[in-house]
Amino acid sequence: MSKKIIASFTVSRLEILDEQGRVDAELMPDLTDPDLVRLYELMLLTRQFDQRALHLQREGRLGTYPSVLGQEASQVGSAYALQKSDWFFPAFRELGVFVTLGYPLAEIYQYWNGDERGLLCPEQLNIFPICIAVGTHIPHAVGAAMAARYRGDPIATACYFGDGGTSKGDFHEGLNMAGVFQAPVVFIIQNNQWAISISRNHQTAAETLAQKAIAYGIPGIQVDGNDVLAVYQATREALQRARSGGGPSLIECDTYRMADHTTADDAARYRDPEEVQRWQRRDPLLRMRRFLADRGLWDDARQQQLETEIDARLDRAVAREEATPPARARDIFAYTWTEMTPRQKRQLQQLRDLRELDHG
Amino acid sequence: MAEMNMVQAINLALREELERDPDVVLLGEDVGRDGGVFRLTEGLYEAFGEERVIDTPLSESAIIGVAIGMAAYGLKPVAEIQFLGFTYGAIEQLFSHAARLRSRSRGQLHCPLVVRTPYGGGVKAPELHEESSEAMFCHMPGLKVVVPGSPWYAKALLQASIRTPDPVLFLEPTRLYRLLREDVPAGDLPVELGKARIARPGDSVTVVAWGSMLEKSLRAAAGFDAEVIDLMTLNPFDAETILASVRRTGRLVVVHEAAQTGGFGAEIAATVAEDAILSLKAPIRRVTGCDVIPPLPLLEDYNVPTAKQIAGAIAEVLAF
Repeated sequence: MSKKIIASFTVSRLEILDEQGRVDAELMPDLTDPDLVRLYELMLLTRQFDQRALHLQREGRLGTYPSVLGQEASQVGSAYALQKSDWFFPAFRELGVFVTLGYPLAEIYQYWNGDERGLLCPEQLNIFPICIAVGTHIPHAVGAAMAARYRGDPIATACYFGDGGTSKGDFHEGLNMAGVFQAPVVFIIQNNQWAISISRNHQTAAETLAQKAIAYGIPGIQVDGNDVLAVYQATREALQRARSGGGPSLIECDTYRMADHTTADDAARYRDPEEVQRWQRRDPLLRMRRFLADRGLWDDARQQQLETEIDARLDRAVAREEATPPARARDIFAYTWTEMTPRQKRQLQQLRDLRELDHG
Repeated sequence: MAEMNMVQAINLALREELERDPDVVLLGEDVGRDGGVFRLTEGLYEAFGEERVIDTPLSESAIIGVAIGMAAYGLKPVAEIQFLGFTYGAIEQLFSHAARLRSRSRGQLHCPLVVRTPYGGGVKAPELHEESSEAMFCHMPGLKVVVPGSPWYAKALLQASIRTPDPVLFLEPTRLYRLLREDVPAGDLPVELGKARIARPGDSVTVVAWGSMLEKSLRAAAGFDAEVIDLMTLNPFDAETILASVRRTGRLVVVHEAAQTGGFGAEIAATVAEDAILSLKAPIRRVTGCDVIPPLPLLEDYNVPTAKQIAGAIAEVLAF
């Protein structure tokens, strides 16, 4: 009889770009200068879109909206590693991924304005509808990955969820299934430290979220989620592993939600302002801008020019969204089943008789 | 043509669909090597391999959730949950995702998923193995709920369920698995989801039933000029067939083994009350299970309606 260690594990963290904008040359991903500039531009577009959305919400021109402020690097960096043919399974705070994949900006505003037509995905993209129920889309990404492999399609699926999502049963069931079947899926945790008012420390007693991968027999890594280069590199490696038959991976992006949970929330009720200030110093845009400036790829004039261009683009997107003809009553019936039932047809007629909801 | 019980008929339907369409895959706990706890999938793993007949971990939410992802990708998964009571752990997947995927994506994504599961009482099984909670699933728009009442219809309805682009909860009456035998032909059988059938024509009273209550209702109807309707699809259900029958007979008895309160019989009674009340010559009667947790084997016979109870209700409305 004996008692001995039969297994032991380590958890890695990847950091490439520090807060002063310096990089570890040995860890630098294989990206060209235009790629590096593009990453920054996409982060700035995400931030300005986000700020505009908050303004629109305050003006009563947008519904409840979840700000992505502070998480730009973990979203843009990971999405930049995706290919257009890959399938993306969002939670509800993945603006930066949508922006990076080239989703129409007007439609993002449209969705958060309460119009489901905003979820109409452009044909060349494979984006699942936004998932409001926390973590329940995790098995879907696994199923699509298994289906892709069955069909012989050389793609991977990427599933995003938050630190709160790792507490859900579907996190366990999905990751377990992915591990068992070696599905080509990459799980990307947006650990922004807070699930509304419940902090990461109250979400789990585990030291990291990355270590949860160990239990499922799949590779897991923590990355500095405010370091766009580290996030890109980790995601690229995981996607390559998935596409080459190496199975699933888990990436914990260690980042921070600078804003309230949504426009219906007040984080000041539960969060220490000093914590927010501490994370402000780690702003993902600031450090990338410093890095680009040091490399001679960025200056104040370019910054100003890009901000102006983005503002004009957002003006156009908002104008387009607000000029969209209203949805019709028929739309709520048309998509429940493939065909409307006799009862639905009668209900629709009754609605039309009662209220002239149809403008089309 | 071969005489088959419902287990064999369902197995044949699965085998033919797997042969016909490479997008059809089966998944669930024990569906592969073991052939399913009721042997419904026996021989399919050997015939179609582990990529088409997938043994999964014990993981109801992931079985249905993964199947949703497969369906959205374009496959036609048939997921097995060993007993209806075990779907409760996966209801979030059925309600929040399977039922809503088409609507949320404005028709861009479909969910051609079938969740097969044994349901209902009368087989002396442990807790959660005899649930009859179909009404709960019928209240979720977007999800079709289908219940066969005989081997022939089990095969026909399962084929139709696999081919429909919408998600289907396919409830297999456990009590009927090996109770009835019927000629079940190979090949496609003509049925349409959403349509009821007249299982026995009659003129003086309409009896509506489904699943294992159909068999009892047919026995109960034998001594009367009763028309028995096999509802087959509960959601969306065929109100027209019921209304046409009631307008002719003037009397309605609805039979189900689920609890009475909020049961699907209430929906049928309300529909007749709304649209055909002036045809009624007697109050509507429901013969149902009691408003109790389905009891363990020693007491279950108190709860599941009997043919005698159904015959009593028929006699009562006829004598009104």
